Amino acid sequence: MPDLSAYRFTASHEWVRLDGGDARIGITDFAQAQLGDVIFVELPEVGAALDAGAKFGSIESVKAASDLYAPVGGTVAEVNAALADKPELVNSDPYGDGWMIRVEGAGPASPELLDEAAYAKVTGV
Amino acid sequence: MAARTPLYGRHIAAGARMVEFAGFDMPLQYSTIRDEHLAVRNRVGLFDLSHMGEVRLAGPTAEASVQRLIANDIARVGAGGAQYAVMCDDAGGIVDDVVVYRDEDSFMVVVNAACRDKDLAWMRSHVATGTDVEDVSDSTALLAVQGPDAIALVERLSTVQASTIPSFHCLFADVAGMTARVSRTGYTGEDGLELYVRDDVAPALWDALVAAGSAVQLRPCGLGARDTLRLEAGLRLYGQDMDEGVDPFSCGLGWTVKLQKGDFIGAGALRRIDPTHPPHRFTGLRVAGRAIARHGHSVRSGDTVVGAVTSGTYSFTLDRSIATASLSPDVAAGAPLSIDIRGTAAEAEMVSLPFYRRPKGA
Repeated sequence: MPDLSAYRFTASHEWVRLDGGDARIGITDFAQAQLGDVIFVELPEVGAALDAGAKFGSIESVKAASDLYAPVGGTVAEVNAALADKPELVNSDPYGDGWMIRVEGAGPASPELLDEAAYAKVTGV
Repeated sequence: MAARTPLYGRHIAAGARMVEFAGFDMPLQYSTIRDEHLAVRNRVGLFDLSHMGEVRLAGPTAEASVQRLIANDIARVGAGGAQYAVMCDDAGGIVDDVVVYRDEDSFMVVVNAACRDKDLAWMRSHVATGTDVEDVSDSTALLAVQGPDAIALVERLSTVQASTIPSFHCLFADVAGMTARVSRTGYTGEDGLELYVRDDVAPALWDALVAAGSAVQLRPCGLGARDTLRLEAGLRLYGQDMDEGVDPFSCGLGWTVKLQKGDFIGAGALRRIDPTHPPHRFTGLRVAGRAIARHGHSVRSGDTVVGAVTSGTYSFTLDRSIATASLSPDVAAGAPLSIDIRGTAAEAEMVSLPFYRRPKGA
């Protein structure tokens, strides 16, 4: 397992790694395992404004489709273009190469976000 | 609690992700669906299909009973032959789709696991006097070996020359020391075999196939890959592509209906259908984009809903989204269509089935 001490989590299974006002966002290993083979990730345009908790995209696997919710608000500065051709990166490396968006101007982590231990209680893993 | 096949322990030991299907705890996937799917297309995959039901029909009137139950014509099949068929109700609706094996003096009907109880009741109430209906599902295990390397793999474990078994035929032989019905059939679009054995020897057969298959990177495959493979191959799934509300002509299975064979259950209703213009048009759809069209999604022509998706998936062989749909018969061939995938319209193009056909000679 990668070191997740700098990551915060949502109960809807997204993660965020904050670095000053910069936030990288993806979905958790638990989420990718539940979804199985990811075949499509729909992400916002660069420049889009996101509110914390708002839908920012969707992810689809052979098994199911689900929406993605922003752990923090801000402006989308970058999307992971590699996912267009290799969405399976979300399965193979959810906390690394399978990241989804980078947000600028993110506020401080909300107290509603979970740390690793609290998220582990959510998943029961 | 869900039922278990004799191979349940093997699935758990292999780290399979399990899912309840038709009352059984079944493997959904062992690695990834993509990996298992491509293993079957390129090499060989091994499936546990022991959840399927098997019903033996025997007795002096067994053939007449089979002929009454199915819309296909079992008289065209000799001993050692198999036939795909639908059982219809009086209204021509499909009770189940089945494979019928003709043995020397009896028949074995392979039924969908989810339909087992319904089918048994249906058969018992419709066979002729002089036909015994025996449910042998629990004592029968079914392992499918599918893919271009499947025949050679089984031949390595047996004296049988599996390559000489014609498609939709079977014979009884020893495989890895176990007596098996070795059948040249499958549900993947690849060449391959289905091995029916007694439930108590299934684990030993599984182990022998896994061991011998390691040289050709055999993959155990779950229900996830089974579904993506069958859909690429244009094969129907009962409960999704058809049910009692659908006649065989309306789901592209008119080729299995042999009205000229004489009377059978549903024949009257089926005779009243114009095979060239049935109540629904069943078609393949190539779907634009990577989003998956799923069962029940609306299909539109312009602003008008003209039908619904019956099955959809991502084709790992073609690297595109594919679906089958049941449409109004008035939709013209080649009409531009769209599918409402969770609020987003995806363009769809009607194509004939199958989406995937294995290369000739493979």
